Amino acid sequence: MLKQLADYIVFTLLSLQPASRSGEALNFFIYDTVKIFLLLTIIIFVVAILRTSFPPERTKRLLSHKREYVGNVLAALLGIVTPFCSCSAVPLFIGFVESGVPLGVTFSFLISSPMVNEVALIMLWGLFGWKIALIYISTGLLVAIVAGIVIGKLKMERYVQDYVWEMQVGSGEIKVLNFREKLGYAREYTLDLLKKIWPYVVVGVGLGAFIHGYVPADFLAKWAGRDNPFAVPVAVALGVPLYSNAAGVIPIVHALMEKGMAMGTVLAFMMAVTALSLPEAIILKNVLKPRLLVTFFGIVATAIVIVGYLFNAIL
Amino acid sequence: MKIEILGTGCAKCKNLYEAVQMAVKEKGIDAEVVKVEEIPKIMKYGVMSTPALVINGKVIFSGRTATAAEIQRLL
Repeated sequence: MLKQLADYIVFTLLSLQPASRSGEALNFFIYDTVKIFLLLTIIIFVVAILRTSFPPERTKRLLSHKREYVGNVLAALLGIVTPFCSCSAVPLFIGFVESGVPLGVTFSFLISSPMVNEVALIMLWGLFGWKIALIYISTGLLVAIVAGIVIGKLKMERYVQDYVWEMQVGSGEIKVLNFREKLGYAREYTLDLLKKIWPYVVVGVGLGAFIHGYVPADFLAKWAGRDNPFAVPVAVALGVPLYSNAAGVIPIVHALMEKGMAMGTVLAFMMAVTALSLPEAIILKNVLKPRLLVTFFGIVATAIVIVGYLFNAIL
Repeated sequence: MKIEILGTGCAKCKNLYEAVQMAVKEKGIDAEVVKVEEIPKIMKYGVMSTPALVINGKVIFSGRTATAAEIQRLL
């Protein structure tokens, strides 16, 4: 139905030729933006309602004094449903370690929460299909679990800033919302998020449409195809400064894949965009000594590069 | 009445602070509105997601902002 709408606007109302480059690019742009905004609105709203049942204070209690492995798996899963904003990373981190959540388990949560988020998921589902979205969630969870276990094994507790261990943390009784309040919160959250990301989506889909219409097919096969061994690490390095723009990056990446970028490279790039970010590193510097911060980034980046190579080899 | 807004300085924390000031002014009550940015003070309330609203030492909500109208009802 959306396809018909886009066809009608571009080819009937604007009377552009279906075979022309401008017609094809514009058609692609309208179809993708309408589809993505519909998906975003519905799913962000549903996820927001779910999230009201998992405030971080509750997640903290669930993870407190959990053993490794079980704790890491649970933390990565709770990372999906617990609301997280990198601006709250410091109080969240302190709250977790203070209440006895092991360091490695805390990191599993910190890695999974921004990476396996609903916006990235919706964009992937809408543009790449549910199979790729599913691969992204499961490998994302795996990266968070394994990286958390490795950090736990390294016993790096002394590289957490000293003041963190001496902090007095209150009990944090948070009142439970009734259903009406939950709906209100979800509506506010959805509008807030849409307001924040819509320019990225429009610009991203616009650029993607331009690439789709004007860049020759196989243009990228030489550089970003599966035969270039440097494509994956370069994609991960490029992903770090592109934080918070997952909404804008995914449409561009989708178009790049059509032009020959290999699937594993695409996945690695998207994970680096969402999981590794400079602003988050600067914020986490308040609670982590440089050595732990570098170890954290190094382990996650390595895990993502491995994922990239793996999927380039099998997909 | 003492109203505290807990937050390390993100955009949402500023929004909440402004909404609270507006609510206090519109309702015409005598209240001290303070912005708390120090991590130890925020942690004392057990708050893990900012911004949070504290009225007379009690955490009302955390991890979201609110409109001036909603805050007026809470005062």
